[in-house]
Amino acid sequence: MREVMTKAMARNIFYGGSIFFILIFLGLTIHSHLYIVNTSTAATPLTDSVARGKRVWERHACINCHTLHGEGAYFAPEVGNVMTRWGVVEKPDDAFETLKGWIEAQPTGIAGRRQMPRFHLTDEEIRDLANFLIWADKTDTKGWPPNDAG
Amino acid sequence: MKYESQKIAYAYFLVAMILFVVQVSGGLLAGWIYVSPNTLSEIVPFNVVRMLHTNSLVVWLLLGFFGAAYFVIPEEAEREIHSPKLAYLQLAILVLGTAGVVVTYLFDLFNGNLLLGKDGREFLEQPLWVKVGIVVAALMFLYNISMTVLAGRKTAITNVLLIGLWGIAIFFLFAFYNPHNLSLDKMYWWYVVHLWVEGVWELVMASILAYLMLKLTGVDREIVEKWLYVIVATSLFTGILGTGHHYYWIGTPGYWQWIGSIFSSLEVIPFFLMMVFSFVMVWKGSRDHPNKAALLWSLGTTTLAFFGAGVWGFMHTLHGVNYYTHGTQITAAHGHLAFFGAYVSLNLAIFTYAFPILKNRDPYNQVLNMSSFWLMSGGMAFMTFVLTFAGTVQTHLQRVMGQNYMEVQDQLSIFYLMRFGAGVAVVLGAVLFVFAILVPKREVVAPGPDAKLSPAE
Ligand code: HEM
Ligand code: HEM
Ligand SMILES: [Fe+2]
Repeated sequence: MREVMTKAMARNIFYGGSIFFILIFLGLTIHSHLYIVNTSTAATPLTDSVARGKRVWERHACINCHTLHGEGAYFAPEVGNVMTRWGVVEKPDDAFETLKGWIEAQPTGIAGRRQMPRFHLTDEEIRDLANFLIWADKTDTKGWPPNDAG
Repeated sequence: MKYESQKIAYAYFLVAMILFVVQVSGGLLAGWIYVSPNTLSEIVPFNVVRMLHTNSLVVWLLLGFFGAAYFVIPEEAEREIHSPKLAYLQLAILVLGTAGVVVTYLFDLFNGNLLLGKDGREFLEQPLWVKVGIVVAALMFLYNISMTVLAGRKTAITNVLLIGLWGIAIFFLFAFYNPHNLSLDKMYWWYVVHLWVEGVWELVMASILAYLMLKLTGVDREIVEKWLYVIVATSLFTGILGTGHHYYWIGTPGYWQWIGSIFSSLEVIPFFLMMVFSFVMVWKGSRDHPNKAALLWSLGTTTLAFFGAGVWGFMHTLHGVNYYTHGTQITAAHGHLAFFGAYVSLNLAIFTYAFPILKNRDPYNQVLNMSSFWLMSGGMAFMTFVLTFAGTVQTHLQRVMGQNYMEVQDQLSIFYLMRFGAGVAVVLGAVLFVFAILVPKREVVAPGPDAKLSPAE
C-alpha cells in the first residue's frame, strides 16, 4: 500500500468522502421526511388521540416485547398490522372494544404460555392506543408484512 | 504506566466489568423466560428484563470506550489528561444515571412523567433526566480529551478516536427528538442506533485496534495509521447510506430498498479490512509481546465482528431477503454476534491489555483469560447458530406459510432451550474473565522453556 497511497492521501480521502456521503444522506433525509409527512402516512390524519396513543405505547415499553413495523423485541406478535388481523382497521369503535377486551384479559396466567402484563389503562387511553395502532396500520409500508400473521 | 492519569481508566473499566456481568445475567434471565414464561411474569415482566439487558450493554460498552480513551490518549498525545477530577466527576454522573435507570425500570417509577418516567423507545428508554445527564457527562468527556489532544502530539489514532467520540455525542442528540409521527420517529431513531454501531463506533473500534496492533506487534506507525484511515473511510462511505437497510418497511420512500441494499452490502468491507489488518500486522510484526491474551482478544474481535456484523449482517440485508426475515430471531442472532464480536470483544481486548499495566505488573493471568475467551466466544457462536435456526423456521412458517405468531413460537422451544444453555456458558465465561483480570497473583500455568519474552510495552 505504501507505493499506491500516502497517509496524507488516505486521510484526505476519508475526510472528503465522508462529507460527500453525509451531504447526500442529509438531502435524502429531507426528501424522506417530506415523503413520510405528505405521502406514506397521509392516509389518516395524525390526531391528538393518535399522538396520545403513541405516548401510552411508549410509557408502558410495549416495544420491549412486541415489534411494530418489524422493529422492537421478538417475544410477542407484530402489532403494526394487528388491527388488520383483528378485522377492525376500518372500525375505530370495534377496535376500541376489542383492544379493551384484550388488555383486560391479561395476564392469562396459563402455565407455559408467555404472559402479557396487566396494564391499568383508562378507557380514554385504550381508545387513544387503538387509534394509534389503526394509524400505524394505515402507513404505506411497501407491502410489509408479507401476510396477516405479521 | 507512563502517565499517572492513565489510572482513570482503571475506575471506568471496573464499573464496565460490573455492568457486563449484570448485562449477561439479565440476558440469561430473559433467555430463561423464553423457556419458562411464567417466571417472574407479574413482578418483573419480560420487557423490563430486556430493557435492563440492552441498556446495561450499551452503558458498559460506552464506559469501556471512555476508559480506553483515557488510557490511550495520554500515551498518544504524550501528556497527562487535562483534568482527572473532571474525568471522575463524569464517571460519577454516569454511575448515578445508571442507578437511576435501574430503579426506574424495576419499580416503574413516575410512569408517564415526561422528565422522570421511562421513555419507551427501544434502547432509548432512559428517562429524560438521565439522557440530559448523559449529554452533560459526554460534554465533560469531550472537553477533557479534546483539551488533552489539542495540547499534545496529534496522531491518526487520536484523530480518528476523537472524531468517533464526538460523533457518538452528536448522533445521541437525535434521542431527544421524538415526533408524534411514528414513521418520522423511526427514521431519526436509526440516526442514533445505526449511525452509532455501523458508523462512529467503528471509528472508535478501528482506532483502539490500531493502538493495540501498534503495541502488540511493533509494526511501524506509518503503516498502521495508513490502514486506519483506509478502514474508517470505507466504514463511513458505506455505513452512512447503509442506514437505508432500516428504511425498507417503515413508511420511507422506495428508493431506500436499492440504496440500502447496495451500500449496506458494502458495509462488509470495513469489517473484512479490520480482520485482514489485524492478521497482517501480526504476520509482519517483529515484537513477541508477552500479553498473548490481549493478542487473542484482538484477533478474536476482528474475526467475530467480521462474522457477526459482516456475514450475519449481509445475510438479511438485501431487501428481498429482509422482506421475510425482518424482525425475526434472525435479527436477534445477528444483533448478538455483531455486538459481541465488534464491541464486547474489543473492550475485553483493551481491558486485557491495559490491566497489567494499570496494576503495574506482568500479564500473569493469561491462561484463565484465554479460556474465558473460548468459553464466551463458543457460547455466543452457539447462541447465534441456534437463533439462526429458530429464525429460519420462524421465517418460513410465519412469513411464507402465514402461520400465527404464537403457534410458530411453540415450535421453536428446542432452540430457545439451547440458547439458554449457550447463555450459561457466556455467563461463566464473563465471570471467569473478570476473575482472571482482577484476582490471580501469578500465572496459573507456567510457560514453557521456549517462551522467550521481550519486555512488556
Ligand atoms: C458491529 C456492527 C453491528 C451491530 C452491533 C449490529 C447490531 C444490530 C442490531 C442490535 C439490530 C437490531 C436492531 C433492532 O432492535 O431493531 C440490527 C439490525 C440489522 N442489522 Fe446490524 N449490526 C451491525 C452491523 C451490520 C452490518 C455490517 C449489516 C449489513 C451488512 C447489518 C445489517 C442489519 C440489518 C439488515 C438489520 C435489520 C434486521 C431486521 O430487519 O430485522 N448490521 N443490527
Ligand atoms: C447470557 C447470554 C445472553 C442471553 C441468554 C441473551 C438473551 C437475550 C434475549 C432473550 C433477548 C431478547 C430478544 C427478544 O426480544 O426476544 C436479548 C436481546 C439482546 N441482547 Fe442478549 N443475551 C445474552 C448476551 C448478550 C450479549 C453478550 C450481548 C452483546 C454482545 C447481547 C446483546 C443483545 C442485544 C443487542 C439485544 C437486542 C437485540 C435486538 O433488538 O435485535 N446479549 N438477549
Ligand atoms: Fe444497521
